[in-house]
Amino acid sequence: MSSADTDAPVAEAPTDERRDALVARVQAKLGAGVVETHVIPGVDAWVRVTRDAWADAAQVMTDLGFTFFDYLSAIDWYPNIHGKNEEPPTNPIVVPATSAELEHGVTGGETRFQLIARVYSPEEKIGLHLKADLPDDDLAAPTWSRVYFGADWHEREVWEMFGIDFRGHRNLAHLYLPGDFEGHPLRKDFPLLARHVKPWPGLVDVEAMPGEPDEDEDATEGGEGE
Amino acid sequence: MGLIEKGKAPKPLASLLNTARRYSMWVYQWGLACCAIEMAAALGSPRYDVMRLGVIPLPASPRQADFVIVSGTVTDKLAPALKRLYEQMPEPKYVISMGSCANCGGPYWDSYSVTKGVDQIVPVDVYVPGCPPRPEALLEGIVLLQQRIGKEDIAARWRGDPIVVG
Amino acid sequence: MTITERDRHYVSTTLSEARVNLEIETDGMTLNLGPQHPATHGTLRIIVKLDGEQVVACEVGAGYMHRGYEKLCEVRTYPQVTTLINRIDWLSHFANEVPFILAAEQLMGIEAPPRAQYIRTIFHEMARLGNITLFLGEMGLQLGAMTATFYAFRDREHVLNLLEAVTGGRFHPNFDRIGGLKDDLPKGWVDECHAVMKKIRGFCDEMEDLVMGNEIFQVRTRGIGIIPKHIALSYGLTGANARASGVDLDLRRDDKDIAMAWKHADFKVWTHPDGDSFARYWVRLQEVRESTYIIDQLLDGLPAGPIMAKVPRIIKVPAGEAYVQTENPLGWMGFYVVSKGDLGPFRVKIRTASFNNTSVIPWVCRGLYVPDVITVLASLYFILGDIDR
Repeated sequence: MSSADTDAPVAEAPTDERRDALVARVQAKLGAGVVETHVIPGVDAWVRVTRDAWADAAQVMTDLGFTFFDYLSAIDWYPNIHGKNEEPPTNPIVVPATSAELEHGVTGGETRFQLIARVYSPEEKIGLHLKADLPDDDLAAPTWSRVYFGADWHEREVWEMFGIDFRGHRNLAHLYLPGDFEGHPLRKDFPLLARHVKPWPGLVDVEAMPGEPDEDEDATEGGEGE
Repeated sequence: MGLIEKGKAPKPLASLLNTARRYSMWVYQWGLACCAIEMAAALGSPRYDVMRLGVIPLPASPRQADFVIVSGTVTDKLAPALKRLYEQMPEPKYVISMGSCANCGGPYWDSYSVTKGVDQIVPVDVYVPGCPPRPEALLEGIVLLQQRIGKEDIAARWRGDPIVVG
Repeated sequence: MTITERDRHYVSTTLSEARVNLEIETDGMTLNLGPQHPATHGTLRIIVKLDGEQVVACEVGAGYMHRGYEKLCEVRTYPQVTTLINRIDWLSHFANEVPFILAAEQLMGIEAPPRAQYIRTIFHEMARLGNITLFLGEMGLQLGAMTATFYAFRDREHVLNLLEAVTGGRFHPNFDRIGGLKDDLPKGWVDECHAVMKKIRGFCDEMEDLVMGNEIFQVRTRGIGIIPKHIALSYGLTGANARASGVDLDLRRDDKDIAMAWKHADFKVWTHPDGDSFARYWVRLQEVRESTYIIDQLLDGLPAGPIMAKVPRIIKVPAGEAYVQTENPLGWMGFYVVSKGDLGPFRVKIRTASFNNTSVIPWVCRGLYVPDVITVLASLYFILGDIDR
């Protein structure tokens, strides 16, 4: 989407100088901490840093004028093995053996879990996404809540939903779920039990309305049609 | 009043008492989510005024309420609070389940944190379907409840017989 | 805050009755506000530790409306997700669908035709009207002025009528589609809309007089719950909460690339330097008026044309990641959509305004009295579905 057009020589490749300059500034400050960057011109910019540089990244972004905290979350790149459980999948889902073989998104990645955060600059009116890989055997990251106070709740939610520990957080307790909830719901290996227990209502035979003769017995699908 | 409980009251008296009961009810609104706004429109707005049916909203506490409208999604975290508040209501009490989230879990039927239907926790008298049901639908639900109360056998209820829908 | 020796001396020498109470020293009391409480927008639990009547510490217990949106979105197709996300911030119905649809369109590389963009913006602004008019009346309710609520419900019905005329639903219209809208506007709707905008402006004047001009309201809200600018930025407050603290952020004006029609309207962004509860009410009232002007302008400039771009019947969004935010009535709402080329999204992160707006409550409520806590909660204006998703 961002590379130069190959069959339209008059249209030059769109470049986004503002975002390129921003990414360059971040790279200058973080140096080796930046692993990969990705800019979609006119749209958005991503910077992937190492986990060790994650704590510095918060301070660096604040110094660069990005004082507005947007959100902090995580992505689990494991394939959707449980899925909808509506009908047998046409293509069997292939689960790679190691995390490095998982399909990652923009800015790539090597691990199953990635942190993603976004900060915004109120003066320059521009935002930046930051990502960090988390090793599978040590699912932890330094906290951002000392620099960006809003990260407090976001990190609690990420801990609750993914099981990622945040070192230095003042109170990593349940935010959404009851205290005795077991499991981390947003992980891909957490099944939605209702879908396993009860079939999707739209696939079941629809009975005729009272007074009408029973029509064909074929299963009718739900209104969405897919 | 002991006549009613012992079942010795004549029919006209019982039906008069039922009529008095059904047209002077206090509703405790358990407004949780989107249905709460439609319930507020039904209860509070001048267009779908519910007070003309004899139902008055906003009792001071559940101990003064006649029936409760559960409107909105009930989550597993909230369910114990609902049960506790239902138990605080004095008999005879009724429950209207408003909206599909309260009826059966609704659009969140596969969620890990939603109670699929409030009738798993409290016994429900009237189900009002919709997402959200229009205020007129809720008013119809209230009218159905009033009709049910009108036909009720209060002696059976006092004895604790299972409620039969006639 | 503890009672110092100087305070004790002052009280004991001036108020003879207080001498008795000073000898009784008790530990602070923990008060539980909620989760079922008429003064909050739903099931929010605030636990305050009190010293007398003053709040020493405050904790927020959210999650009583957590429905698991992000997990549910992973097992639904794109049109099914649109149906579901209407209900996140249930008062601004249409405005919830817009960022997700825009993110999916961005990934697909299509743009809705101009007429659809205009109508989407008009409905987005109408969602703002429907939402904030309720707030204007309902903040009065939480401060004890019940009359304002009835006026708000009455005048809100006009907006809901308009919405129902087009979409068929007063609430949760499910009207946005990837590539455009479901239907076009019915005949006579534009004139009706102009008339309703005049009525809403009259409502704003009424609220300005009735609620904002009321001495009791002013005393209860001026200087209460002040949020300074750097705190607002650090916590990520958005919408009127941020603008009332002097932060000049409005995505309708700042985001030039978004595929909506705000760039075709001329409007003012209202900010207030104080940062207290009165400022938040004031900013929202001005915004409602401004929204009516925006809708009038957009209706006058409505282009003709199709309302749906060419999209395949079965929507498969190509792989990629996209994030789109819009200035929703409560604040910034954004959807981070990760797609792997399936019928449904791989991961959806929903950035809601009320989540950040509510996280500031423990900070703001320190040192306030208990009734002021209610004022602050009312003025921050969160919707539980928006916090808990």
